Amino acid sequence: MNTTAPRYSGPAIAAHWLIAALILVAFPLGVYMHDLPLSPNKLKLYSYHKWIGITVLLLFVPRILWRITHRPPAALPMPAWQHKIAEGTHHLLYLLMFLVPLTGWLMSSAKGFQVVYFGVLPLPDLIGKSEELGDLFKEVHEALNWALLVLVGLHVAGALKHVILDKDGTLRRMLPFGK
Amino acid sequence: MKIQTLTLNAALSTALLLAGNAHAAEFNQVDAARSSLAFSSKQMGVPVPGSFKRFTTQIAFDPAKPTAASTTLEIDLASIDAGSKDANDEVVGKQWFNVKAFPTAKFVSTGVKALGGNRFEAIGKMTIKGQTRDVVAPFTFKQDGASGVFDGGFVLKRMEYNIGEGPWADVSAVANEIEIKFHVVANAAKK
Ligand code: HEM
Ligand code: HEM
Repeated sequence: MNTTAPRYSGPAIAAHWLIAALILVAFPLGVYMHDLPLSPNKLKLYSYHKWIGITVLLLFVPRILWRITHRPPAALPMPAWQHKIAEGTHHLLYLLMFLVPLTGWLMSSAKGFQVVYFGVLPLPDLIGKSEELGDLFKEVHEALNWALLVLVGLHVAGALKHVILDKDGTLRRMLPFGK
Repeated sequence: MKIQTLTLNAALSTALLLAGNAHAAEFNQVDAARSSLAFSSKQMGVPVPGSFKRFTTQIAFDPAKPTAASTTLEIDLASIDAGSKDANDEVVGKQWFNVKAFPTAKFVSTGVKALGGNRFEAIGKMTIKGQTRDVVAPFTFKQDGASGVFDGGFVLKRMEYNIGEGPWADVSAVANEIEIKFHVVANAAKK
């Protein structure tokens, strides 16, 4: 087994970009939709938002299992503190990838709106209807999202730093078609 | 005369109801506190429960003479709970119930059919927002001590009453079909 493979494995790369793309759609959608006055359009956007978010949650499960059973390629040479920040950011991103959609689901359940995946598959309510819990999870969902925004910002800045300043292969080994 | 009919009814209703507690009686004293009027709408495929807190029902139902039964139901539309505060504020508005102009909805029965066993069917006219439509509502009747319990429902097509106009006429967001469920408890007439 080659644990120092220079590139991320295919499944790791696929999961990374698929989940990143879904989050980058769900996030602005969430910000946009929640201020809209109630309308059929709002109901639709809320549903799309929930379906995308649940997809992230579903993809998270195989992704984290793959990550636990497959070590990522060893870090490229960089100062230890940078490596620590990069790793810490990755761990927190994994945590939020799970907690952000989970709190969204909890919020929906508490607000009395079942999640029906793609309008056809009813998912169980995680908790019973409760106004206080609904408001609480809304706050938590929102707060975790701002944390996510900051971390993704840091994460992307780090990736760009490797491209522009370090001119190393960090981004390339996460890209689908690189070498 | 009245007494004779009652005796006859008693004999008939014994066959109709569970033995023992059958006294031919007309159930016509509605117990509002134990009655409820609920509905379920579908938003983007998601069933959203709701209810009306205030409504008045008149019932005259003698299980021995179901076809002579009659009922009226008047709903105070402003008492709606549509599942969330946003929805409650919205549905009283012009595009939905327009409660300022049409504060109540009304159902008046024109007949009751016996379907066999404890199953019946109320036929009548429903008026909401100035629109009157025929409604057929199957229900069951159960005698529970001195009370009669009516459980039933029907599917109301909201567009037939213009409930949800303008952008809300989009039935892919809020389905046309609204499931209505009533639970009415009525006591037998006091003698
Ligand atoms: C990757 C997953 C997700 C991301 C990135 C995300 C992001 C967001 C963001 C940024 C907001 C706006 C917060 C604000 O500014 O107030 C939001 C709101 C919301 N999210 Fe999510 N979300 C995700 C998953 C979910 C899931 C799975 C559900 C439900 C099943 C959900 C339900 C909601 C709801 C209902 C709101 C609106 C809250 C309100 O009424 O203001 N989200 N989301
Ligand atoms: C919502 C967006 C994103 C999330 C949640 C996310 C999450 C992650 C996570 C958890 C890892 C760690 C993989 C591991 O080693 O286990 C990772 C690695 C990586 N991500 Fe992202 N990512 C996002 C967006 C991006 C974007 C937009 C870029 C590029 C500009 C990017 C570039 C990278 C790179 C280059 C790596 C590999 C780092 C290394 O080799 O050590 N990511 N990402």
